[in-house]
Amino acid sequence: MTSAIEVSGLIKRFGRTTALDGLDLNVAEGEVHGFLGPNGAGKSTTIRVLLGLLRPNGGTARLLGGDPWRDVATLHRRLAYVPGDVTLWPSLSGGEVIDLLARLRGGVDPKRRAALLERFDLDPRKKARTYSKGNRQKVALVAALASDVELLILDEPTSGLDPLMEEVFRDCVAEERRNGRTVLLSSHILSEVEALCDRVSIIRNGRTVETGTLDSLRHLTRTAIVAVVASPPVLDGLDGLHDLVVDGDRVAAQVDTAALGPVMQALSAAGIRSLTSQPPTLEELFLRHYATAPVSEPAA
Amino acid sequence: MTGVWPLLRLSARLDRVRLSIWIVVLVASVAGSAASFAGVYPEQADRDALLAAANGNPTFAAIYGDAFGSSVGALTSWRLMTFYGVLAGLMTIFLVIRHTRADEETGRLELLRATVAGRAARLGSALLLAVLANLVLAVLVAVSMPDPGPSSVALGLAFAGAGLTFGAVAAVAAQLTESSRAATGIATAVLGAAFLVRAIADSADVGWLRWLSPVAWGQLVRPYAGDRWAVLAVPLAVTVLLVVVALRLNARRDVGAGLVAARLGPAEAAPGLRGPVALAWRLQRGTFLAWAAGFLVGGLAVGSAASGVGDFVEGGAADLLRRFGGEKGIVDAYLATSLGLVAMLAGLYTVSAVLRLRTEETDLRAEPVLATPVRRLPWMGSHLLFAFAGTAALLLVLGAAAGVVHGLATHDLAGQFPRVLGAAVVMIPAAWVVGGVAVSLFGLLPRAAAVAWAGVGGFLLVTFLGPVLRAPAWALDVSPYSHVPRLPGAAMTWTPVWWLLAVSAVLTVAGAAGFRRRDVG
Repeated sequence: MTSAIEVSGLIKRFGRTTALDGLDLNVAEGEVHGFLGPNGAGKSTTIRVLLGLLRPNGGTARLLGGDPWRDVATLHRRLAYVPGDVTLWPSLSGGEVIDLLARLRGGVDPKRRAALLERFDLDPRKKARTYSKGNRQKVALVAALASDVELLILDEPTSGLDPLMEEVFRDCVAEERRNGRTVLLSSHILSEVEALCDRVSIIRNGRTVETGTLDSLRHLTRTAIVAVVASPPVLDGLDGLHDLVVDGDRVAAQVDTAALGPVMQALSAAGIRSLTSQPPTLEELFLRHYATAPVSEPAA
Repeated sequence: MTGVWPLLRLSARLDRVRLSIWIVVLVASVAGSAASFAGVYPEQADRDALLAAANGNPTFAAIYGDAFGSSVGALTSWRLMTFYGVLAGLMTIFLVIRHTRADEETGRLELLRATVAGRAARLGSALLLAVLANLVLAVLVAVSMPDPGPSSVALGLAFAGAGLTFGAVAAVAAQLTESSRAATGIATAVLGAAFLVRAIADSADVGWLRWLSPVAWGQLVRPYAGDRWAVLAVPLAVTVLLVVVALRLNARRDVGAGLVAARLGPAEAAPGLRGPVALAWRLQRGTFLAWAAGFLVGGLAVGSAASGVGDFVEGGAADLLRRFGGEKGIVDAYLATSLGLVAMLAGLYTVSAVLRLRTEETDLRAEPVLATPVRRLPWMGSHLLFAFAGTAALLLVLGAAAGVVHGLATHDLAGQFPRVLGAAVVMIPAAWVVGGVAVSLFGLLPRAAAVAWAGVGGFLLVTFLGPVLRAPAWALDVSPYSHVPRLPGAAMTWTPVWWLLAVSAVLTVAGAAGFRRRDVG
């Protein structure tokens, strides 16, 4: 598969602070790629480098086969961007902003525009000044989704949307994927990434710490199990068992994916009466990487 | 009113540099002007002649108002009252809007309102800061005049009265609209109207009309010429009245809302709204058209007064002016000075239009545009087009308006129009240099872009006060305005014009090259 985005060893410094410290990111064509990290990890900085707004101090970045700094005009014709912090021109109406941005990108499909306005329940006649954060985000989303492009770069696009609109957004991204578009979705809302993304990259302090499909990352996490057993199980000497609590006939524990087999054998031997297991969530993955992370980076 | 005190401290903290600069510049130029009057007109006879010339000339009356005495203090007060009343008014309008409607528009007020701060706390604290700033201004003016005493106190209070009246106007304007730009516009328009009313009242000598203009109240106090203290009650009463109105409106409305509800806009953009130039025009047109209207009025005023100048200038002052070359020389000197004065203000427009680039960038509105196929230089150029061509258009409007009126008055339209137009047009390269300074700062030192304001202010000060204060030649040469041939009258010399054009081109190209290479945001 060819790559829509290829970043390796990217370094970006602002004065004495280092925002990106050798970041790697690889987004295949046609996939929805989750870009995860806590505030200030360097997500927005990476995106700005990809948009040719910032000039990296080191490393390489390729976007749709081109150089994001040099080939601005040709590359930007093929992508649409929704910033994390959407500010609009206060005196323009939402409809005007949508049309303007879409026209700058090469044109707007009026049918698609109308359908998106309807789905996002947005009044395009209001002046941008009077929109709430969520509505400003909808304006940027409609402008991006109404354009016919190959790549969507979305920087925390749902941080101001209500749950209903988040659902609409998920439907839209799913459609984009079906239509063969590539999406880079930066987020720290894990359920969103879990629901939408084929692969994720997790970054911290300007470095990629984990990248792969959700399934492959799940190998790194633990499954939570709660079992009610007939007789006390023999669990001594088993590796990969954490937070074990045995309370009479009730056993609760966190199990490393690699240790699931032996643990289940031991429980079966004790006679399982009921068993619930929870697959690892991205939350846990996230917490494992960030629970001890010092937050000392500037906002990216 | 709970929370006024901490909010006042917050506002003062946020404004400490800005207000200090305003006040120091105002006080220093008042004191400087007083010193220069004492230096240029040391003899009582000279000052008497100046007084006679001043009151005999409707142009002087329109620009400065009537003079009431020939002491150094009275002449300083005459010369400065209108302009410094306007400046104190602008300082206070900006201050009040900044801490009321602007805070509300950005949502900062919501954060404050959610604390224990009362409903009127933000408005109250902004007004208290306005009172403080104007009182500090009054006291510093009073003590920095050459002969401090009751009269200098009256002068200081007259400035403060104008400042506070317009601050109260701004407080009301801030209640009316949801946009801080529009609120500033309303308050500034009231100030402009007050200035026009005063100019008409003074040049046509309509006494009662003066009482309708807050800009004229300072003159009616007559500092150094009778010190009519009771007149100070007028700005005080009007301020109190407007503040009560503003507080009442503020108490009745929702946070974020204005009394005038925001209108709905079009659901779809007009076909023409495509491309960076259309966007830049949309963003810049309001400011540009307001300036153009101002320059039109300015041109008409300068032109209509020109032909009468010679008749009124008598005695010592006339001898001085005749040295420029007879009756016609007086008119030409007047035209060169007045047009030059108005034309220099065009530099302020140039800087504000250029720095719109920086505002778009820091407010993150440049980013979505630059994420489209629009390249950096065309985006930059779209705003610079209105900065540079807009400046040229303003000066053309000024020159054409003055030329037509002066030509008709002298029954020599064909002869006078090109001369007067040329006098305004020759200022264009100088204003472009000011713009070039702003562009190079934006491109090379974006964080210091606002220094361009200090630059244009410095050029104005050098050109205005430099010769009076006998500044060294190199200091005068720093200002591009010092190099412009004084048309009409003086011979046209092309060398300085080419130099100014070259300097502005170099500065602009340097800024563009810097912007192309640097990070955005």
